Parts: sequence; C-alpha cells; structure tokens
Amino acid sequence: MLAKRIIPCLDVRDGRVVKGVKFRDHEDVGDIVDLARRYAREGADELVFYDIAASARGDTVEPEWVSRVAREIDIPFCVAGGIRSIEDARARLFAGADKISINTPALANADLIDTLAREFGSQCIVLGVDSRVIDGDWRVHQFTGDPDKTLTDHRKTLDWVREAIERGAGEVVLNCMDMDGVRDGYDIEQLQAVRAVCSTPLIASGGAGRKDHFKSVFELANVDGALAASVFHKGVIEIGDLKAYLGEEGIRVRP
Amino acid sequence: MMIGLIDTGCANIASVRFALERAGLDHVIVRDPSETGDCDRLILPGVGAAGAAMARLDERGWPEAFRTDDRPLLGICLGMQLLFEHSAEGDVDTLGLIPGRVEKLPLSDGLVWPHMGWNALQAFGQDEPLLRQVSLGEYAYFVHGFYAPVGAHTVAQADYGAEVSAIVRSGHIAGCQFHPERSGRVGARILSNFARI
Repeated sequence: MLAKRIIPCLDVRDGRVVKGVKFRDHEDVGDIVDLARRYAREGADELVFYDIAASARGDTVEPEWVSRVAREIDIPFCVAGGIRSIEDARARLFAGADKISINTPALANADLIDTLAREFGSQCIVLGVDSRVIDGDWRVHQFTGDPDKTLTDHRKTLDWVREAIERGAGEVVLNCMDMDGVRDGYDIEQLQAVRAVCSTPLIASGGAGRKDHFKSVFELANVDGALAASVFHKGVIEIGDLKAYLGEEGIRVRP
Repeated sequence: MMIGLIDTGCANIASVRFALERAGLDHVIVRDPSETGDCDRLILPGVGAAGAAMARLDERGWPEAFRTDDRPLLGICLGMQLLFEHSAEGDVDTLGLIPGRVEKLPLSDGLVWPHMGWNALQAFGQDEPLLRQVSLGEYAYFVHGFYAPVGAHTVAQADYGAEVSAIVRSGHIAGCQFHPERSGRVGARILSNFARI
C-alpha cells in the first residue's frame, strides 16, 4: 500500500530559502540545493519549492535553480510561484520539476487549470490553496507573498477545491493560514472538510510543531501527505526520527 | 555501454538524464531510430498522454524499429504502458511489444485517483535482473492514473486498489510503472542494473 508522504517545503526568495511567521518577517535559512540535498538524504518523500514573492512581483520562478535541484536530488519535487502559462509550466517541467503548483494565477483565470492539465496531464498539476476562516466560512486568499498586497478572494475554499479538481488538478495542497508558522498543529477540522470533497491526493500544510501533529493529521484528516517548513529548517524535528515515530504509531511510511 | 535516451519532443526527459548522470551511466539523447547506432540499450521515458506520445513515436518511425530491435529496452511510466497492445487512455493502439492492455485504475473506497506517491514493490522472484539487490517491500515512486493489470509478464507488482504491474518483462523488453529516476536509492539501483543487463 501507499505510504504517507512527509514533505519539507522550501519557501524561496531571490534564490535563497526563507521562512516567515504567518506570511511575514522572512528570515534566511539556507541555500536551495544544500537544503534539498539534506532533506532527500534524511528521508523526505518529496520537496515543494514556493517562490513566495513571484506572484506578488508579477514575475516567475527562474528555471535555473529548478535544473540545479533536479540534477542533485533523487526524489520528486514540485515548483510553485507565479506560473501563468503553458510556457511557464513547460520551462519548469522540462528543467526537471516533477510537478508545478498553481495558486494565484488560477484564481484570476481558472481555465489555466484545464489548459495545463490537458497539455501535461493532471498528475503534474497541483492546486495550491491559501485558506482561512472569514465571516464564518473557509475562504481563499491571494497574493500572500507580500503582506501589503494580500487580498481576500470571495471564493469559498470547498467550492474552489471541487471546481479545480473538476477542471483537472491532480493534487491539492491546502495551506491553512491561521495555523501557518505557529506550530500548534494542523487545522484538522478544515482538512477533514476538504478531504470530504477532494478526490485527488490532499496535502496538509500549516501548523506542524511536534511529531504527534503529523500522526493526528494522517489519522484524523486522512491526508496523503503532510508538508512543513520551520520545524525541519530549524531542526525541531528530524525527518528520520519523525518517520520512525510514525512507523511505531502504525502509520505507513517509507523507511 | 551506451544508453540511448529517446526524446519524443513532448516528454520531460531531464529527470531521467540527471539520474543517469548521478549513476555515472553513459547515455546519449536520440530523436529517431537512425541515431541509435552507438547505443547498446534504449530507454523510453514517460511522455504525457498515450495518444500524443504514440503520434510522436509514429512520426519518427519508432514502432517499426522496436519490432526488429533486439537491444535491451526499458520503458518508464507511460513508456512502460506503451509497450502493451492498447491503452484505455484515449482508446489508442500502442506498440504491441508485450501482450496485454492498459486500463484505467478503478476508483476504490478510500483511495484517491491518480495513484501518486511511494508504494512498496511486492511479489517478485530472484531472476529479474532489474531487481538485483532490491528487496521485497522496498518503496518506489509512482504517479499514474492508468495501469497494466498483473499478468504473465509482471515481474513485480504494487497494490493500489487493483494489483498494479510495477515491473514487466518480455525477453529483452522491460518496463517500470514507477519512476526509477525519482525513487531514491532503489531507483538508482534499478537503472544501474539495467546498464548491466
């Protein structure tokens, strides 16, 4: 049977890996390829690279570092940030990325999902969703790379996930903004709600602080993978330890 | 030893190329059969959707070339599926080098579609050269929505609702449903094994 995936997320800005709290106050945590190689060695199942400023700035991730990563690591990885067209996607996939993730540009132009899925296949098209409670409902945010430009879309998260899968998205990464960077645990309630409408793989993001948070999100929300950043970058949790713990707790992971 | 990595023009071959580099295996990129003179084995990597991939292979004369070729051939992911006779993805006839048909993975209770992630390799014997020094139960990385049901040519399988052919072989022709280029140490071992067949 399929193993649950542990996915370090590397937020990239200007060619460096950074991490902030609740999308603000970014600090430098290291070189892209050094961190990618370290996580692959420690047992990460997959990596996600978000160019967090690309959507806000209006430019796209540069394929140069995509190719450097692809050359070095032997696990799958996904690239996100400012991908607006078939050409943007093709450049990253042909440079060696296994998947591309779209978020803000898909909100502005939902047809982009259909176009990319037709061209490259659903299996490499990931929908990224930044979601939080507003007016009593889970809703989608845009432009989260720059706090001055953040705005709230009126779309409801569950509707958007359903629509995106209908259009051809092959995986969903749900970033629960209220929990991001605060290490209080994943947003189980929201992830359960999205799981119920999500027929593709679902990846939890936002809130990991302890090993038991991973156990809970796999057991309670039945997600396919759990993504985390700061706990891995800062050495709070070591991936090998985490997987050994999950294995002992009866969760199927790749040793 | 020289591996010819087949580039149909619609595939991401960078990952496979980098994996061969990491493993120190000599390779050249070949676009049509006339370029394979120096190669003693060939890799057909995963390439988008079945219909589009077959159209590109047809344009360059690959189907006829494969029928008369006796060099070891390794299909990866969609490249493996194309080795069979027919694919339900787009309802297209494929290369027909291995008997059997590729079907859509059934949507089973509690399982999501497509099959994406690390799955354990099951049920294989000692004789498959690609599996030398690979142990039963080791994990490989899969991403696919269509599959070859387990059959006479299956030499390793994975379970995902259905019994999925993970590695198939018919004589000098073999295929991996998973991505050895993205399957860590296990994948690197399988590519190195292919270079030694």
